[in-house]
Amino acid sequence: MRSRGRSAIVLWLAFILVCGIIIGRSQFTTDLSAFLPHSPTPEQELLLEQVRDGLASRLILVGIEGVDAPTRARLSKRIAQRLRADPDFISVNNGEPVRAKDDRDFLFNHRYLLSPGVTPERFSVDGLHAALSDSIDLLASPAGLLVKALLPRDPSGEMARLVGQLNSGSRPQLVDGAWASRDGARALLLMQTRASGSDTDAQQRAMAAIRKAFDATSSSGSAAKLVMTGPGVFSVTSRDTIKSQVIRLSFIGIALIAIFLLLVYRSFAALALGFLPVISGALAGIAAVSLGFGAVHGITLGFGTALIGEAVDYSIYLFVQSEQGGTSQQAWIKRFWPTIRLGVLTSVFGFASLLLSGFPGLAQLGLYATSGLIAAATVTRFVLPHLLPASFRIHDVSTIALGLTRLVRRAAALRWVAVILLLAACVVLVEHRTSIWNDEIASLSPVSQADLQLDTDLRADMGAPDVRYLVVVSGADRESVLHDAEQVSTVLQAEVDRGELAGFESPSRYLPSVATQRARQASLPSNALLEARLAQAVQGLPVRAQLFAPFLTDVAAARSQPMLQAADLEGTSMAMAVDALLIEQDRHWSVLLPLTAPEGASINASRMRAVLSETGLPNVLFVDMKGESDRLYSGYLHEAIQLSLGGLVAIVALLLLVFRSPMRVFRIIAPLAAAVITVTAGLAVFGQQLIILHLVGLLLVVAVGSNYALFFDRAGYAPRQSGEGPVSEANPVEHTLSPHTLASMVFAGFTTVAGFGLLSFSNVSILQAMGVTVAPGVILALLYSAIFARQADV
Amino acid sequence: MMTLSFHVISRPIMQLVLAVLTLMLSSEISHAANWDIDQLMRSLAKTRSGHASFVEKKFIAMLEAPVESSGELLYRAPDHLERHTFKPKAESMTVDGDTLLIVRGSQKYRLQLQDYPELAAFIDSIRGTLVGDRQALERNYRLSLEGSAERWVLQLIPIDEKMQAVVWRIRIAGVRDDVRSITITQADGDSSLMRIDRLAAP
Repeated sequence: MRSRGRSAIVLWLAFILVCGIIIGRSQFTTDLSAFLPHSPTPEQELLLEQVRDGLASRLILVGIEGVDAPTRARLSKRIAQRLRADPDFISVNNGEPVRAKDDRDFLFNHRYLLSPGVTPERFSVDGLHAALSDSIDLLASPAGLLVKALLPRDPSGEMARLVGQLNSGSRPQLVDGAWASRDGARALLLMQTRASGSDTDAQQRAMAAIRKAFDATSSSGSAAKLVMTGPGVFSVTSRDTIKSQVIRLSFIGIALIAIFLLLVYRSFAALALGFLPVISGALAGIAAVSLGFGAVHGITLGFGTALIGEAVDYSIYLFVQSEQGGTSQQAWIKRFWPTIRLGVLTSVFGFASLLLSGFPGLAQLGLYATSGLIAAATVTRFVLPHLLPASFRIHDVSTIALGLTRLVRRAAALRWVAVILLLAACVVLVEHRTSIWNDEIASLSPVSQADLQLDTDLRADMGAPDVRYLVVVSGADRESVLHDAEQVSTVLQAEVDRGELAGFESPSRYLPSVATQRARQASLPSNALLEARLAQAVQGLPVRAQLFAPFLTDVAAARSQPMLQAADLEGTSMAMAVDALLIEQDRHWSVLLPLTAPEGASINASRMRAVLSETGLPNVLFVDMKGESDRLYSGYLHEAIQLSLGGLVAIVALLLLVFRSPMRVFRIIAPLAAAVITVTAGLAVFGQQLIILHLVGLLLVVAVGSNYALFFDRAGYAPRQSGEGPVSEANPVEHTLSPHTLASMVFAGFTTVAGFGLLSFSNVSILQAMGVTVAPGVILALLYSAIFARQADV
Repeated sequence: MMTLSFHVISRPIMQLVLAVLTLMLSSEISHAANWDIDQLMRSLAKTRSGHASFVEKKFIAMLEAPVESSGELLYRAPDHLERHTFKPKAESMTVDGDTLLIVRGSQKYRLQLQDYPELAAFIDSIRGTLVGDRQALERNYRLSLEGSAERWVLQLIPIDEKMQAVVWRIRIAGVRDDVRSITITQADGDSSLMRIDRLAAP
């Protein structure tokens, strides 16, 4: 016996060592890969790529509040000046015309390659005549002030056309030379980081750099206040919030549980030993996930340990139940292990359903929980008894146990109350059946309402693009995607003219395909020809042809101008647009064309899909980012609901296989189902819509509650003297739930409630969801099990 | 003796009378000047919105003949101005706050006035006068007023050097609370004259 114990301990230590080695070599990630499905659609892939790395993910919107407007503008300029020198920022924009001259020079010098107006017809006699008379009319308008100086060089108005295209978006007003909000209460800056939005560490550094620049420029004690928002800022604050809350709440939770167990056991050794199974389980879980998935996600670490919190219960059962009547641990193994083994199996069956989820985060949780529980239970059964000192005794809990037993005997009196409560819960669920679940991915966001409001405000002030709708053109090389993007732009421009869109952006505006540039260049006539045509074109117009000598020179130069390359854009603000919207990845090119909805209206997605499909281009995709992300999440959610139901079926099948009595299985399942229904109804009554973590919480209620139900069931059926063989349904024996078993369940329940109850005070929705589901669910599972337990002596 | 005494008495009296008169007159004058720009602005501001027709003639050195355009103006305090040109070519220009939208045929240009300070100052001169916004005018111009409340000319001289390189001066003539003409003389000698006739409310 002793040697068997020794070999179990050695095996366990070896196992822990192996787990440690695997964990040491594991890769831990916090990026969004947990949300990317196994086999993503092109839209989903694009969505995740954009969220991870896209233009919008790199924006930080900054506001300066307090103090007076001139001071705010001065601060804005000084901060911008400092950060423009910082290589971590691609651009820092506050309305100062830092690049305006470069931008205009670029457009003007390349106008004949860039302007869509450059066609052979434009440079015919009729075309020139029309263009000239148009330009003269423009001189007559107030905008004539702007074009007058350009007329001799650009009589066909290509520059005006390019500028008109460029300024389609609205921007904030300038107050004292820097951007300010519409109400004038804050100065605004828009920054783009070099690092992607999902690189939370880099985003944190960028935020620190902004804060530092602000502190350095504003005098101490000044009333100026800095506010920041943006996807990167959100990930930084979310990570900080979740991390600090998880750490704080886990610490308090573990302390509470430890104090409680210490009060019960009155033994430090028992307390320390009691945590061994759960620690072994956690190590096994992380190692299993690392082996199974290649990398362990932060989500898994955060929630996995909560899921195997049930493992703390195992040692409580061992310590408290084996205390009863002074029986040894070996006797406990004989009497109670089969029941606990079944409890572990039902939990494993429940969580195993998550393994099949297409949501890798959930699948990781499933693997963590199943492997963790199996390891914890195995350690409790085979290792823990051998580790206990020979004289191991916990404090006598008989008094509490007997008191609890008296209470439970009276619990049956509450049967009708429970039935009414359950019926009421069913009614609530039926009434709320359409609004129980929250399909929107935003429901998972840990960002506070105040931060969201600030984001909405700053975005409205800034007129920042809300990148919800995108057209994506993909292809094998730069030239082909740019060429296709030009075709798509033609279609989109028609929609802008029709008022279906307010505007769109395309890199092909600033970097046309070589084919298009060549075609434009070929539209320009030779010097002699142009001169002759011009002479004819001015007839009937109040200008002399000689005025346009600079035009002839410019066109002649443009005819031999080298094709525009991406490098020519350097130093202009257009370079950023091209960088962000023309992407090469693994020798695969894509062009993004963000669409802007008309003011006060939304984009008609089906119409856009229809007009885009008319281009006949197979590589063009219309993506609704919000719709896509909601669809992705609601897909995960509905899949998870179905998998959980599948898990429930598996549990029922397992119990049927073991007990071979539908009635008995019903009696075990009924309190669990009742607890789940009541908790769900309770959440609905309090207006809380369920997210995916409520579902995980419900699974946990079933996992933990199944142990209670099985103990009560065992009491109802097992003969007084432990014996083998099935018990006949027709001859149930008298209620034999021992006071110690009951006490162990109540203690276990208390630890669960302490751990999860704390989470319900969290203001992070995903933590709070687990807390408000598990804490009341476990209490209800215990109560329902007690109330509906089969009792001979009611 | 009598004449002497009269002389003796009358000189100080005459001086006093003159002094009082001068004082009264000068105070009257300075009061009138202040009173007029403010009063003019106040009376212009009374019309919160308006509708007028215009004919504009531009004399541009580059062109051999002046170009004439005509159409209608619509304005609404504080910062909305529409200019619809019917001739020679249909064109509309809408200024709303800081945004300028120009529609010419099928083409639309949306500009932010902040990017074009000269154009902004220029539009502000018209918009500010029509709605009587003295503050808006004084942001870019030095104001001076000639004539009477009955018949006045408000002259605007740009303050900013960059603006001075474009516009030399703007003269706005009116009758009571009615703006009748705007003459703009550019730094390069080109000029424009816009005649405005108020129409009944649209």
